[in-house]
Amino acid sequence: MSREHALDDWYPVADTVLPQIRATRLLDTDLSVAWDGETASVTGPDGTAYPAEIRFDHVWTCLGPAPRPLFGIEEADQPGRRRVPCGGVRVRCSPLRAVENFLDIAHFPYVHTGILGAEPHTEVFPYEVKIREEVDEVWATKVSFYQPQAAKSAGGATDIRYEYRVPHPMAAVLYKTCPPRPSEWDVIAIFVQPVSETVCIAWPWMALFDDTSSQAELVQFQQEIFLQDRSILENQIPAGLPLDPRMEIPTRADLTSVAYRRWLKRRGALYGALTEAE
Amino acid sequence: MTPTLYTHVLDAECYKVRLLAALLGLPLDCVAVDSYPGEETRSEAFLALAPAGTLPVLEAGGLVLCGAPAILTWLAATGDVTEGWMPQDPAPRAQMQMWLGFSQRLSATAGAARLEAMFDMPAPEGALAAAEACLRELELHLAIRAVDDGAWLVGDHPCIADIACFADVALCPDAGLLHDEFPFLRHWLYRLRALPGFLPMPGIHPLHELRAG
Repeated sequence: MSREHALDDWYPVADTVLPQIRATRLLDTDLSVAWDGETASVTGPDGTAYPAEIRFDHVWTCLGPAPRPLFGIEEADQPGRRRVPCGGVRVRCSPLRAVENFLDIAHFPYVHTGILGAEPHTEVFPYEVKIREEVDEVWATKVSFYQPQAAKSAGGATDIRYEYRVPHPMAAVLYKTCPPRPSEWDVIAIFVQPVSETVCIAWPWMALFDDTSSQAELVQFQQEIFLQDRSILENQIPAGLPLDPRMEIPTRADLTSVAYRRWLKRRGALYGALTEAE
Repeated sequence: MTPTLYTHVLDAECYKVRLLAALLGLPLDCVAVDSYPGEETRSEAFLALAPAGTLPVLEAGGLVLCGAPAILTWLAATGDVTEGWMPQDPAPRAQMQMWLGFSQRLSATAGAARLEAMFDMPAPEGALAAAEACLRELELHLAIRAVDDGAWLVGDHPCIADIACFADVALCPDAGLLHDEFPFLRHWLYRLRALPGFLPMPGIHPLHELRAG
C-alpha cells in the first residue's frame, strides 16, 4: 500500500555535476540512470523507460502511472545565486527520518557543535508551524537560533532566522538568514531518494549568495554538517518513522516534526513509516 | 611559513594529517578540493601537483608531499618538539614503520568499505571482511600491550602510527562495522579522543564534558 502511494512522486536519482551512467535503486526497484551533460534517461531492469526531469541540478524520475507535480523553488533561478549540489550520501535509515532530522533544530548544539549551535545556547525559542492547505505543504516560521558559524559566508556567531518548508514527503527546504545579504534568504534543501523503506540516499543542495568561497568550500561546509547527522540517523530505533502519536512523546521544540508526521499520515505517504504502535 | 594542505573534509586520509597538526598545535592552510562530487582530483591542475590523483597533498615551500604516511612523518619531524610522536631508537622506530604499513591495509579495506557504504564508490571484493580481520589483529596487539600496561601501539607515547590507524578504525561504523566486539580497541580510541587538542570529524564525535562545572 505505502509503496503504491510513493510511486507517484518524483525522486532524485543522480546529480548533474558530471556526465555519468549510474546504477542505483529507487523504491526497491533497480534503475540505470544516464546523464550526458544535456539529457538524462532512466531505465528499469526490464528495459522500461521512466520519465526523467532535470531540476535543481539533479535528475528526477517517477515510477508511477500518475505523477504528482514536482514542487518548485523560485530562488533556484534567481540571478546572482550560486547553486551547489553536494553529492549523494547513502544512509541506512528511513527516508522520512532523514527529512525529519533536517527539520530538527534542538540537536544543533550537540551534533553540529561550533557550527550550527553551541552549548549553553541550547534553547529552542517558540516558533510557528502550519500546514498551508492552499499548497498542501508544511511550513515552520519565525524560527531563530544562536549559531557560531551559520554559513561559510558568516563572519562569526549570530542569531539566525529560519523558515522550513516541506513540499514533498521526501524533500525539505530551509530558508535561512543570508549573512552577506540580510534582505535575502539562503536556500538549503535536502532531496531524499528512497532506496528502500530503511535505506536512502540524501542529496543536499543549496542556492546561496556567496562571492568569496570556492565551490569545494561550499560543498564541504554542507557535507560536514550532513555527515555529522549520518551516524546518528543510522542508530535511530525503530527504523521506520513512527506516525502513531502513542509511540513517542514530543516536546514543544518538536512542533515541526509533529506537523510533518501528521501531514504524512493524512496524505497516505507511509513508505518508510510505522503507522501503529507495536 | 604555514604549509598548505589540500584536503577534503570527509576524507579519512586527510583527517589523519589535520588531526596530528591539531595535536601538535601546528597551523595548516587548508585548501578544499572537490574530490566528491566534482572529481577535482582528476583535473589536470591537480594531477600536475599530485600525479596519483589522491588526497592529501601538502605543500611547504618547494616541497610537495603526497599521502598521509609521508606527511605525518614530515609534520612530526619538523613540528614535534617533544620527539614523542616519532621514536628515534631503532626498534620502536621500525615498529612504528610496521604500524604505518598496517594503516595502509586499514585504509585499503575499512576505508574502501566506508566509501562504498557512504558514496557508492565500489570497494574491492571482501573489503569489509578483510577490515574486520584487521580490527582483530589490532585488538590482539592492544590486548598484549595492555598486559605490560602499554596503552599505545608502540612505547609509552602515541606515535604517528597511532594517528594513521585511528582514523579508519574510528570510522568503521560508517560502513556498518561496529566496535562492540573489540574492548581494547574501544579503550584505545577513547584515549586518543581524550588527548588535549583532539580534532573530531563527521563520524568521530568529540568527548562531551563529563564532569560538572
